[in-house]
Amino acid sequence: MEEVKVLGSWPSPYGFRVQWALELKGVEYEYVDKDLFNKSDMLLKYNPVHKKIPVLVHNGKPIAESVVILEYIEETWPQHPLLPKDPYERAMARFWINFLDNKDKVAPFVTFFIGLGEEHKKAAEEVKELLKIYEEQVLGEKKYFGGEEIGMLDLAMGWMAASFGVIEEIVDVRILDGETFPRLHAWIQNFRANPVIKNNLPDHD
Amino acid sequence: MASGEVKVLGTWASQFAMRPRIALNIKSVDYEFIEEKNLLEEKSQLLLQSNPVHKKVPVLFHGDNKPICESLIILQYIDETWSSGPPILPSDPYDRATARFWAAYLDDKWYPAVKSLGIAEGDEAKKTAMAQVEEGVALMEEAFGNCSKGKGFFGGDEIGYLDIAFGSFLGWLRVVEKFNGAKLIDEAKTPGLADWAERLCSHAAVKDVMPDADKLAEFAMIVVAKIRGLGLAAHSL
Repeated sequence: MEEVKVLGSWPSPYGFRVQWALELKGVEYEYVDKDLFNKSDMLLKYNPVHKKIPVLVHNGKPIAESVVILEYIEETWPQHPLLPKDPYERAMARFWINFLDNKDKVAPFVTFFIGLGEEHKKAAEEVKELLKIYEEQVLGEKKYFGGEEIGMLDLAMGWMAASFGVIEEIVDVRILDGETFPRLHAWIQNFRANPVIKNNLPDHD
Repeated sequence: MASGEVKVLGTWASQFAMRPRIALNIKSVDYEFIEEKNLLEEKSQLLLQSNPVHKKVPVLFHGDNKPICESLIILQYIDETWSSGPPILPSDPYDRATARFWAAYLDDKWYPAVKSLGIAEGDEAKKTAMAQVEEGVALMEEAFGNCSKGKGFFGGDEIGYLDIAFGSFLGWLRVVEKFNGAKLIDEAKTPGLADWAERLCSHAAVKDVMPDADKLAEFAMIVVAKIRGLGLAAHSL
């Protein structure tokens, strides 16, 4: 019997990616939230190098780092493929996931959320520029980042569909609107409407 | 499968540019090496056009495809495109995950520590950076034991993804050892890695692309002086 566990921490977007991947592929798993277990025990046992979630544990063997986990999931459960077949297209998907996860590209969103004053304004501008890249260069005319179907890059970008709206509400600044970013806006609606994703979105409140 | 000419844009000193070259050698794929002459101060038009996002080497050109950037992503592309040649990633998904995990660790956590050590000024700063570098090497010694399963390389009998990812740093590691009067990989502290390093550097796919340690040391001094002089951030390297 296969045993699949996901160690996560609500509402971490990196944890969500892993869960969405398993859900889309119809793989049964047990979700264990970091708050429910003693950090010094399970996390140190399964991810001694980084001590972070998410961790996937498959038949007792742990795998850490969300991107490494996603590739493992893709290779182990090939149904509902998350990467294209063509090597060049795969390289492009990986390139953009790598870009998106780069700490210099994540920082502006974090500052947009928690920064104040000048810092916040500057971050808002940087976020707009990044969104422009995602809208024009990465998504383009496609329905999903993965093409006709949700793929790995959609899952990596998924936090935007899940949480960016809430962040905008909290800081009371609207950036990702339908007029400025029509394609991203449409993508968010499509992503959220997917039956699997719909059941696994963080609750608004 | 795309067919056509293969070119690698890189520099003789760049550990990242070495990676696709080793991989192509393993697959016995002919390629043209285009050298970027002055990476630090004056990037070429070719580089700026083919990697506008990061402006870094290596860049892989294959036939009519648009350029591919990021060395680890290029390694996977090479493995998937020339799939009939010797494999670069292991065949077992868990072993693949392990290889990817350590390569990501090296690039995201360990190499920044090596860079910090290179430009650190003052004893305290050097000590802190050195400790981080040493910790990483110790982790890799352990990883070698786990991944090699008694064989000669991280990839087993043959060079693989993690051999390439870590092996590409060997030249610079020797430079760090020289400049700091330290031993990072040696028979006493890291016996597994010490033997592995020798084996790797003399491997046919590696020996012609591994830069000479003395030449690198000379180059390193110039680079460090430039970085300090220009006030460049370490992460722009």
